[in-house]
Amino acid sequence: MKANLLMLVSALGLSTSALANDAKVPVNLPAPKDGQYVHEAPTIDDLMADESVNPELRKVILKGYDMFMNTQQFRGEYVFNDMNCKTCHMGEGRMNWSGPVWPAATTLPDFRGKNQHVNSLEERIAGCFAYSMNGTPPAYGSDDMLAMVAYHQWLAKSAPVYERNIAGRGFSHLGKKIPEDVSYEKGQAVFETNCAICHGSDGAGQKKDGEVVFPPLWGDGAYNWGAGMTRIFTAASFIKNNMPLSKPGSLTDDEAWNVAWYINSQERPQDPRYTGDAKATREQFLNFHKHTRYGTEVNGQVLGQHDNTGDKPFLKPDSLKPRTFE
Amino acid sequence: MLKTHWRLTLAGALLISGAVQAQGVAADGQKIVMQGDGSGAPCLACHGLDGAGNNAAGFPRLAGLDAAYIAKQMRDYNSGTRVSPIMQPNVDNLSEQQILDVAAYYAQQPVPAAAAAPDDAELLTLGEKIATRGDWNQYIPACESCHGPDSQGMGSAFPGLAGQHPNYIKQQLNAWRDGSRQNDPNQLMTGVAERLSEQQIEAVSTYLGAQQAVAAEGGQ
Repeated sequence: MKANLLMLVSALGLSTSALANDAKVPVNLPAPKDGQYVHEAPTIDDLMADESVNPELRKVILKGYDMFMNTQQFRGEYVFNDMNCKTCHMGEGRMNWSGPVWPAATTLPDFRGKNQHVNSLEERIAGCFAYSMNGTPPAYGSDDMLAMVAYHQWLAKSAPVYERNIAGRGFSHLGKKIPEDVSYEKGQAVFETNCAICHGSDGAGQKKDGEVVFPPLWGDGAYNWGAGMTRIFTAASFIKNNMPLSKPGSLTDDEAWNVAWYINSQERPQDPRYTGDAKATREQFLNFHKHTRYGTEVNGQVLGQHDNTGDKPFLKPDSLKPRTFE
Repeated sequence: MLKTHWRLTLAGALLISGAVQAQGVAADGQKIVMQGDGSGAPCLACHGLDGAGNNAAGFPRLAGLDAAYIAKQMRDYNSGTRVSPIMQPNVDNLSEQQILDVAAYYAQQPVPAAAAAPDDAELLTLGEKIATRGDWNQYIPACESCHGPDSQGMGSAFPGLAGQHPNYIKQQLNAWRDGSRQNDPNQLMTGVAERLSEQQIEAVSTYLGAQQAVAAEGGQ
């Protein structure tokens, strides 16, 4: 137990005081498994203090950091919903168990099941813009894309290339199998008790003076039906290890599954891969949608059977296209 | 005596959860601010008629805070989730309507100018970092992530921090740490407060106190 705790401390870079046994609200995160690579991503303070970094490179990394933290500055250009990168990749994209983004810089190019071809780091970032941000990515090779790539690569500093056994990577630590007894009603009860104070009973989040403070979880301002977060297991693990904010690990596994089920039983902007029929689209991309409720009937309606793309004036960005090397 | 309080609190909770929310009347609130609840000191003795409070004494500014937030604090003193030997006896005779009236009055008072920042650039830089970026290595999210842009407050659950007195902010962070304040919804503040270092508390209180407050939108 103590060994686990110490590993966790080093994995997070947390001070022991933050994990004191008498904490009223402890930071409860999973311990890394034996043999896993545990990365400590550098901070912006580290970047500023590192004199070996060329000043021009530092400027570009900082631009990427700014894009990551305030992606809404590109609202109507790259982003057509209320999301920022940091909304899902919490802790500046550095935190293990919060979808750290640096592994994309060390494990790509690689084959991705989602689009069935070999993806580059740029293409992976583009996927986030197309689905989670309900938008279209900065052009490949553009200044904006290079800045994003530079920030990812900086965070990966000193990590082994193509090491895949990474502690705290992605959102899957609860496994992929949805418990059989999940229910909309149980999820709704968890939501009202723990989530509604910030995200609202209608899931629309909250803004102040036009600025998003608490992101929407469904509806036009939320991630679309092609986003990884629509998978029940992804949302369940994200919620378990990140929500409510400042209380990771405070919900039971059961609560996390049920509330993920409830949130992802709500409508949201169309999957950019939509063929005109949600059930057919689900079948075509079943390796993804077998984990979502898209194209299935919930409360008398087939989820995703609509032409609503939210604020986005198109369905599919040009960046989403197959790639072959023949 | 205690039983009566519980009943009053319960009645208040039922009242605000009802379909029609009771409205505070600022003019009636002003009388209570000047006269008190009949058994203790009047509000203005510490918070001022203008709601400016007092940094040296650790009395919070109430002017321009969200009315529903102010009202909830008075109820919480009476229910014991927020402990203050000064505040509790001074609000324990207020009816739910009187609580709403006092809250409405103070919410409507103009926000005073922020105090000048102390000449300590290093402390202010650290404070700004906690307020705007947090310290994720200690699992401390930025103040802004709940208290809204520039920590000016978000609805009735997350009060404005900008322009609040530094001594009061410090005192409250310590109250969460020692358990004398437990009225944060879903314990959203407790964990953050206990993870902050002494230096970070000093820095963030100083920084926030030096920012100009803007009156809450919900202020009536």
